[in-house]
Amino acid sequence: MSALAAAPEPPPQPAPRYLSPRTGDAQITRAVSRPLLARAGWRWWAGFLASLVVTIVMFVSIGWLFIDGVGIWGINTQAVWGFAIANYVWWIGIGNAGTLISSLLLLTRQRWRSSINRFAETMTLFAASIAGLFPILHLGRPYVFYWLVPYSNVMGLWPQWRSPLVWDLFAIASYIIFSALFWYTGMLPDLATMRDRAHGRLARKLYGVFALGWCGSARQWREYESFYWAMAAIAVPLVVSVHSVVGLDFAAGLMPGWQETIFPPYFVVGAMFSGFAMVITLAIPIRSGMGLESFITLAHLEAMAKILLMGSIVMGLSYASEWFAAWYAGAAADRTLLAFEFTGAYAPYYWALLLFNLGLPQLFWFRAMRRSQVVLFCVAALVNVGMWLERILIIVNTLSRDFLPSRWGFYVPTIWDWLLLAGTLGFFCFLFFCFVRLLPIVSMHELRQLAHEEREG
Amino acid sequence: MLERGGVIGRFGDPQALVGAVRQARQRGCRRLEAYSPFFDQEVIEALEHPPSPTRKIMFIAGALGLCAGLGMQAWSAAFSYPLNSGGRPLLSWPAFIPVTFELAVLFAALAGFAAFLWRSALPRPYNPIFDVVGIEAASDDSLFLAIEADDPNYDAASLIELMKRAGATTIEELRP
Repeated sequence: MSALAAAPEPPPQPAPRYLSPRTGDAQITRAVSRPLLARAGWRWWAGFLASLVVTIVMFVSIGWLFIDGVGIWGINTQAVWGFAIANYVWWIGIGNAGTLISSLLLLTRQRWRSSINRFAETMTLFAASIAGLFPILHLGRPYVFYWLVPYSNVMGLWPQWRSPLVWDLFAIASYIIFSALFWYTGMLPDLATMRDRAHGRLARKLYGVFALGWCGSARQWREYESFYWAMAAIAVPLVVSVHSVVGLDFAAGLMPGWQETIFPPYFVVGAMFSGFAMVITLAIPIRSGMGLESFITLAHLEAMAKILLMGSIVMGLSYASEWFAAWYAGAAADRTLLAFEFTGAYAPYYWALLLFNLGLPQLFWFRAMRRSQVVLFCVAALVNVGMWLERILIIVNTLSRDFLPSRWGFYVPTIWDWLLLAGTLGFFCFLFFCFVRLLPIVSMHELRQLAHEEREG
Repeated sequence: MLERGGVIGRFGDPQALVGAVRQARQRGCRRLEAYSPFFDQEVIEALEHPPSPTRKIMFIAGALGLCAGLGMQAWSAAFSYPLNSGGRPLLSWPAFIPVTFELAVLFAALAGFAAFLWRSALPRPYNPIFDVVGIEAASDDSLFLAIEADDPNYDAASLIELMKRAGATTIEELRP
């Protein structure tokens, strides 16, 4: 590995900035599969066990919710949505970026994606699955969530197709299934590589079973490309639709601050923004922890920082258009809400949100900041916090100040709200710790293809 | 079918393999297959396999999903379980669009995956190519070209010679 890290930097021009043209196929295989074949170090074990403990906290808080009901949360007759819906919107937002990175950057031939698409897609799969839990947990009677599914029942009942909750179910379920197929198909050739490399008998068997007998024949590759590109092409509208439906959950309601036509695209941009922030937050520890500095380079981090900067500007425009619409429309409820956002009980959080989402990313106008891992990690992590604050504030600000002043009230989270949020974060980390030990976190076959293209010019 | 045997040569780079494919095709060989650790457009074009039907299948399945989704909602909301909600129209199709779209995408994706598996002959736990010595390099850093024994112009000795001249590093004859 040290030899690989010490490989001479490519010349400044022409294009190959993301992968040294001297990188050989075998080198790629060795560097990516080595962490899977070697024994885990203490750092992995420490992280794995810590995240396992927090995962248990998640299952305990879900268990208690099933026993005692949604009353364990801070929600009340006024603030009927609380952390659960904010967490849902936040997680599904993170869950959108992986597929966007993978498909949009593939279709636009941004070849640097090859180093980051695998773990971005994995992030999508885990985050979307966690997100899908929250609307179910929030149902009140979560064990009958299957009533949302059109199935033949003795009462001849059907779901209410005009309800955003039903749209949510279809959007999330389709999205998770779709993402899993896309992720698994992209991984098949790498699973075959692992099957041919694994030391243990059991490991070889398991990789072999999941590789389905992939042999890398030209016929298989042609089918692979045909299917994979078609999936990428329909992934983009799918991702947009999924988060638009989340935006419609709010926009279809009649509350001040929610009923806005800008919500679907505003939510899609927010999802991209928080998702890229999460990719950066994950990429920095992964590249150093797994010794992948020569594949996930500073140039990759810089490209993602630029996208984050652009996202931040679009977010600023969205916020500004909300403020403008509230002022320009002149409705008393909207203006009261806007004043409450900036000066009310939750105002410190609102100012923090503006600082994290709009202020800090402006550092990325400077090249030195884009290439500083410490700055990048801190800003990306704070953008994640800022986006979570945005989601919770959309909910509690509106519900605290709706049309009738007699119904004004507050939302105060309980310990179970916090434990469930922390628990899902721990579960996400737990899944990632498993993933980095079991599956290749960088797409080896795409890197090989990239290396060949670099060599042939 | 490799089950009947064939000649398999190992190549270090795609260009050499493409050269061997062209020469073999000039001799009239038609039952060729290449094995590579990554997608290479030139190799695929040289082999002249028939085009993949996957995208057509996905399109048809997507259209079916669209009809099924819209049909299910329209039928259930307007005929099977009509629910008068404040005099609003029963066939309120704009509200049916999200589910219709998601189902169209889901149908296309599932059908595409099935078509991909079917056309790639997967899952296939055993494949005669796995018997070739050093074949694990086909998922690492080498390409392999197989000329199958049921080719009408199959002649092991001359094909081995052809591959040697084209730059194969090792050549193996697989017998049934």
